[in-house]
Amino acid sequence: MYSYWKNNQLKIAPWIFLAPGIFMFSLYVIFPIFQSINLSFYQWDGLGAKTYIGAENYIELLDDEYFIVSLKNNVIWLVLYLLAVPAGLFAALFLNQTVRGIRIYKSIFFFPFVISQVVVGLVFSWFYDPSNGLLNIILEFFGFDTIAILAEEDYVTYGIIAAGLWPQTAYCMILYLTGLNSVDPEQIEAGRIDNARGWRMLWYVILPQLKPATFIAVVVTIIGALRSFDLIDIMTGGGPWGSSRVLAYYMYEKAFSEYGFRMGYGAAIAVVLLLIMMVYIATILYRLYQDEKGS
Amino acid sequence: MKKIFKNQIALALAGILAGTSAVAGTLVINGDTSDPAPKAAFQAVIDGFEAENPDVDVVYNLFDHEGYKAAIRNFLSADAPDIAFWYAGNRMAPFVEAGLFAPIDDVWADQGLYSLMASSAPGMTMDGKKWGIPYTYYNWGVYYRQDIFEDLGISVPTNWDEFIAAGETLKANGITPITIGTKYLWTAGGVFDYLNLRTNGYDFHMALTSGDIAWTDDRVRATMANYQQLIDGGFFLENHAALSWQEALAPMANGEAAMYVMGNFAVAPLKELGLDDSSLGLFQFPAITPGVPMAEEAPTDTIHLTAGAKNVADAKRFLAYAARPDVQTAWNKALGQLPTNAGAGVTDDKFLNQAFSMLNNDAPGGVAQFYDRDTKAEMASIGMEAFQEFMVKPERLEKILERLEKARQKLY
Repeated sequence: MYSYWKNNQLKIAPWIFLAPGIFMFSLYVIFPIFQSINLSFYQWDGLGAKTYIGAENYIELLDDEYFIVSLKNNVIWLVLYLLAVPAGLFAALFLNQTVRGIRIYKSIFFFPFVISQVVVGLVFSWFYDPSNGLLNIILEFFGFDTIAILAEEDYVTYGIIAAGLWPQTAYCMILYLTGLNSVDPEQIEAGRIDNARGWRMLWYVILPQLKPATFIAVVVTIIGALRSFDLIDIMTGGGPWGSSRVLAYYMYEKAFSEYGFRMGYGAAIAVVLLLIMMVYIATILYRLYQDEKGS
Repeated sequence: MKKIFKNQIALALAGILAGTSAVAGTLVINGDTSDPAPKAAFQAVIDGFEAENPDVDVVYNLFDHEGYKAAIRNFLSADAPDIAFWYAGNRMAPFVEAGLFAPIDDVWADQGLYSLMASSAPGMTMDGKKWGIPYTYYNWGVYYRQDIFEDLGISVPTNWDEFIAAGETLKANGITPITIGTKYLWTAGGVFDYLNLRTNGYDFHMALTSGDIAWTDDRVRATMANYQQLIDGGFFLENHAALSWQEALAPMANGEAAMYVMGNFAVAPLKELGLDDSSLGLFQFPAITPGVPMAEEAPTDTIHLTAGAKNVADAKRFLAYAARPDVQTAWNKALGQLPTNAGAGVTDDKFLNQAFSMLNNDAPGGVAQFYDRDTKAEMASIGMEAFQEFMVKPERLEKILERLEKARQKLY
């Protein structure tokens, strides 16, 4: 026994260190995923007995117009939320200078990420308020009609995404600011000598060096878009008539809200959301793996 | 029904932890009286009970009003208290069917509640048994700006034509006839309930909410046609889908709107906004189809003996205490609502007196609980969302009714 340990010490030790993490991760992440997948084949109100109904929940999803709307909104979120990445980059470039008091400006730009999403949601709800909101006061001043963004099915999702972009841009900005700190000054100097400035300097010299920051910014933004929930709950509650729901919110409504408690159906929605996320998670894991191998 | 954001899941977990294991002489009650007035009112009830029954020690686990709706499902099956707060009507059906509430016909018999609580008895009955004690209820109706009506020479409308005419007069004077905020949907459910109760009557309404009648039925279309008359006529506040019910109080308080189809709980905030008994009034929603008996909405709040109760004897003593006329008088005085026990006294208040007489004398058709308590929960959310959509996009009527019918066939 002792000699076995001695001979394989280097192989076994990492697993011993990993064991607590693997145990927790399995118990609280992996196991519930399979539980949800299993639950999605049942009809269950959370109280009585579960009934096995096969793929019926999934068949119902295909015919559920609320589900289609939520799925469509999720796609809009994914695409538009990525605007936070270039916006964060430009905010970072703008703030990456040595002026008196720049730290104060940086803090102010970072502020929206520090405050709670609930506060962001409330601030934007008031901003959009049809009777007293700043947006409509401005519109009226310029002679436009007032518009209740959060009550219009065609605009509501965009209105919420705009609110979400505020803190997300700040987050991307911080990632880029730290990235800019590690940009090699010698390369910039070399670029200058070769007469690169402005856009060309940014595109060919700075951005390639910011690649790790861009990668992280894209990843957290995509995950943030798929998790979008709190802003929707605060600003509209999924309304008007369900037109601002996304999958995560719809799942919550079906499974846990006052009028829900269809656990199986909620689980089926969660599985669909998981599959969408898996596309991104798999891509990220694959890239990380490739990078590790490369080095 | 008042929707506030709360982390329901966390509260549900808290519910499991908060359920206390009872010892003899300890009575565990779980409740949702989280607003200041209901909280103080129920504490007084507990104090009174403990004073009369010194051998019983009441443990009260207070939950947030919204979080309670999720928490109750967990604590009833995991670690049940002896008594739990809930609501009458179809809302209690899932718990009765799952065997989580216990019948208390003996308490009803001992206290003579079959006659004293005759009006709320139907809402407490399932499978021929009584499943709880109703302790309070409140009326709905049309709250209106009495002073504006008087200034413009409008008399209180008693039928549909007068109601439409009143609205036209208000509009001609630049006042929105009806204020409403449908952001959280249920306010639209109240309007639909009244229109359907007045167009087709109580029995039809209950059959519809129980899923026995198709949403594409011509009688439903008649109700929706009346609804549409109000929408097309510009009777409702603009941008209502962006407003909560509280935000919709402001136009009424500052005189931009004159009527609000609402529950009694709107009186207190309206008075805080500066209205008083001379500027604020209440009238019964006017008749629409002549000859249809007037029916009212009056949601009832209840307390129940749970199936997992450990201290059944003391729980029944408490339920009997809560049903007593003198207890209900004091309790509802503190709540500003109506007692369910006919032997209890009503607080002397303009709106409560009027509501009490309306419910007891002018509602021969029956008393409905409310759209989201009379219908199955999932149907209620689809239905109220549909009413909100209809109020903004009335041209989609056909699509909306078909969607509701599809949901009905699936859920019932």
